[in-house]
Amino acid sequence: MSDEILLSVEGMTVDLPTARGALRAVDGVDLALAPGRTLGVVGESGCGKTMLARAILQLLPKRARLGGRILFDGEDLLQLSPEALRRLRGPKLAVVFQDPMTSLNPVLTIGTQIVETLQAHLGMATAAATERAAELLTAVGIPAPQQRLRQYPHQLSGGMRQRVAIAIALSCEPKLLIADEPTTALDVTVQAQILDLLAREQRRRHMAMILITHDLGVVAGRTDEVAVMYAGRVVERAPTPALFANMRMPYTEALLAAIPRLDSPPHTVLPAIAGRPPDPTRPLPGCSFAPRCRYAEADCKASKPPLGKGDAGGNRFACFHPLQPAAEARV
Amino acid sequence: MAVLDVGSDTSAVTPVRKRRGPGPLFLCAASWLVLIGMAAILADRLPMQSPFDMDMLGKRLPPGSAHLLGTDNFGRDVLARLIYGARISLSVGLLAPVIGVVIGGCLGMLAGYFRGPWETLITGGADVLLAFPPLVFALAVTTYLGQSIPNMILVIGILGIPAFTRVARAVTLTLSQREFVVAARALGATHARILLRELLPNVALPLLAFFLLLVAVTIVVEGALSFLGLGVPPPAPSWGSMIGEGRESLEIAPWLAFLPAGVMFITVLAFNVIGDTLRALTDPRPARL
Amino acid sequence: MFGFVGQRLLYLVPVLIAVTMLTFLIASLLPGDLAYVMLGDQATPDKVAALRAQLGYDLPLWQRYLNWLGDVVTGDLGRSFRTGETIMSTVLDRLPVSIELMILTEIMALGLGIPLAILCAVRSGGALDRFLTGAAFAKLSLPSYMVAIVLIYIFAVELNWLPATGYVPLAEDPWGNLRSFLLPAMTLAFGEWPVLMRVLRSDMIATLQEDYIAMAKAKGLRPARILLVHALKPSSLTLITVSGINIGRLIGGALIVETIFALPGIGRLLVGAIYARDFMILQGVVLFVAAGFVVVNFVVDLLYAVLDPRIRHGRA
Repeated sequence: MSDEILLSVEGMTVDLPTARGALRAVDGVDLALAPGRTLGVVGESGCGKTMLARAILQLLPKRARLGGRILFDGEDLLQLSPEALRRLRGPKLAVVFQDPMTSLNPVLTIGTQIVETLQAHLGMATAAATERAAELLTAVGIPAPQQRLRQYPHQLSGGMRQRVAIAIALSCEPKLLIADEPTTALDVTVQAQILDLLAREQRRRHMAMILITHDLGVVAGRTDEVAVMYAGRVVERAPTPALFANMRMPYTEALLAAIPRLDSPPHTVLPAIAGRPPDPTRPLPGCSFAPRCRYAEADCKASKPPLGKGDAGGNRFACFHPLQPAAEARV
Repeated sequence: MAVLDVGSDTSAVTPVRKRRGPGPLFLCAASWLVLIGMAAILADRLPMQSPFDMDMLGKRLPPGSAHLLGTDNFGRDVLARLIYGARISLSVGLLAPVIGVVIGGCLGMLAGYFRGPWETLITGGADVLLAFPPLVFALAVTTYLGQSIPNMILVIGILGIPAFTRVARAVTLTLSQREFVVAARALGATHARILLRELLPNVALPLLAFFLLLVAVTIVVEGALSFLGLGVPPPAPSWGSMIGEGRESLEIAPWLAFLPAGVMFITVLAFNVIGDTLRALTDPRPARL
Repeated sequence: MFGFVGQRLLYLVPVLIAVTMLTFLIASLLPGDLAYVMLGDQATPDKVAALRAQLGYDLPLWQRYLNWLGDVVTGDLGRSFRTGETIMSTVLDRLPVSIELMILTEIMALGLGIPLAILCAVRSGGALDRFLTGAAFAKLSLPSYMVAIVLIYIFAVELNWLPATGYVPLAEDPWGNLRSFLLPAMTLAFGEWPVLMRVLRSDMIATLQEDYIAMAKAKGLRPARILLVHALKPSSLTLITVSGINIGRLIGGALIVETIFALPGIGRLLVGAIYARDFMILQGVVLFVAAGFVVVNFVVDLLYAVLDPRIRHGRA
């Protein structure tokens, strides 16, 4: 484990003013990521994981208020001028959005959208950039790249469009790639291919990656560390094998139990988590998960449990009554 | 991109801002229209000079005690002519669109409700009529049929039909998808019944809003025709002809052109404000501009 | 691509035919016997009858229509009995003036409207935006003849920079020619730019909220490039439509401005024909103008396809 930290998020808060009061989308999140490592961020819709991503990218909506510190490659992102931020987007920091149909410009060719990034940051001439774009398309597994460069996004399938988006993200060799639900909008059969592609490229380029998803199954085996988010906070964080072997948070346990398993008998009732996440404009005084938690006690409702220092296995969790470490390995 | 629903730029931040209800501007506009409407109706009874009395010795007098707003090229009292002009502009302005809204509204509703070949025919017809330069059409007809107020009302009214057809059709299309129409159909209502009882009341309101907007346009068109000397025959005072006459004396008596222009502008603006407010409140179509 | 063009053509032809029919109908149904008008005070029943036969007026309506249509298709719009020239040549004489006016107007309107629309879209809700929205709305109530009067008063009467009327042919004096067009073009452009600006602004505000703009920002592209390449192109559709329709309408619809400023364009030709009851010219010119409008609309539709590749390939 190297001491070098590429990305360090300290006490990040994101507030959005709404008609019903300030909405705290992200509530005091700390993260650290070393170069070349993968962090998975897991949580249900509305837990704040996308706001977290946008905050790191500095692409929040105009009215949002950002608090805390974001240190990236030695610089505090909140202090940078817009021009300095613009210059590091692409060569150092890149993103893949969820829906490639809406994240690619429909009236520009694929080629234009790749080449312009190369020209903006690497100052390449058009001919050289076009050649490089074709190479990138091949690297992400798109056949007949010359032809594809001249096509428009709507002429490609969903999986191919996402590959293009990945090619664009990788084009300037970034140090950190943030993938926000990269496979949610795709067919199940294509999902594994895309995730494998991401993992492969990440290893080859020694690139750090944040993989955001609502699906615990996606992060298993593809990430080095996992952070589970609920209602704007990180409620459990651990190296991936440790998380799956020894989950301490009741929420994480419930998430895992909710994944349908191939070997369960037919008509098994999916143990869905009862209730819903709290209204973000009216935060609870105690643990946000307490109303839905099987193991909740009085102190859980009274005050918010902090993210602890970590147990023997490296699991950090925010719970007063965590699950006991399992004696034998699970899953 | 999986964003929180409240995350996008402006929608969650400011409370519902699209509905422009009646505000101070609306009240001013309404007051002006009432004022000018009353003046037009009561013109005969007001203690004013006659708009037709010429006084060649007192030509182009600036506003003063004898003539509150001065006199024109022929010595006629400007204020009186403005008020009588309001009569003409308002009567043409209010009556011509009636033709448009009745015929255009019906055609549009039929097109939007029955779809198919009817729709193609009606919208194609509207397109053909729209392809004609409207002013030329109006000019040609009034020149050949004679310049008179009824003729102008007829011609401008006919020219307004395509616009109403479009609005009525669009609104009908939107409404036909809604449950109450489908339900009526399921209950076995006849077409006539659906058109008259279900659709018409709902189409009427947006059409009314559009009607007011077209009143504004009609006043402008009538003004244009009179400006060119091809509208209301002289010596009847129309705002348009007053502007036209005033144009010749721009250097010595600019108020002769600007006074009627100003009055017309405010009146047309008032109709636009009221029509637009009404449209914002009643149009079931998704908002565009 | 050709399927799309073919489709539009199929719609174009019936509309054009309908336009010719309507024009002919209006012209021939209007009261006022042409023969009487032409003969003036020399009209006697015999001469009138002879002239009518000569003009082919005793033929049934549909036959006259087809004869006329046949002539039109070969470019023969007839001959004016007043001037003796062919109508086609008269129209072609006047056409450059109207076209020059049209082009100058559109350049001014777009030149003002596009930058302002972009500014307003980027700072939507700001002071400039609200001011311009109000101004655009107020402008709806200002017809062209009023604007003309105000502009003439300011620039010709008070400042004496520009001529109030008068036309100088291009060949004679380019600068004078331009000067004679400035006020008329400004008048018309004043009427056009608010609509163009509002339409583009509205589309751009919607476009700027799209994911692909966030993506463009995330790629670290320059703001100018994002605005002008990524945002402007998908937002231009309505702008192009409105511009195109305006141009189409300006061909014959600028007659008030042409009359006020004494420019010898098509509009003024029409007005003159109406005054003189020269309905041959009226018929030919109206047809020309209406057909031109339909064709311009067709071209606008084609431009749609060029701008939005999704339409080109058959999906909207």
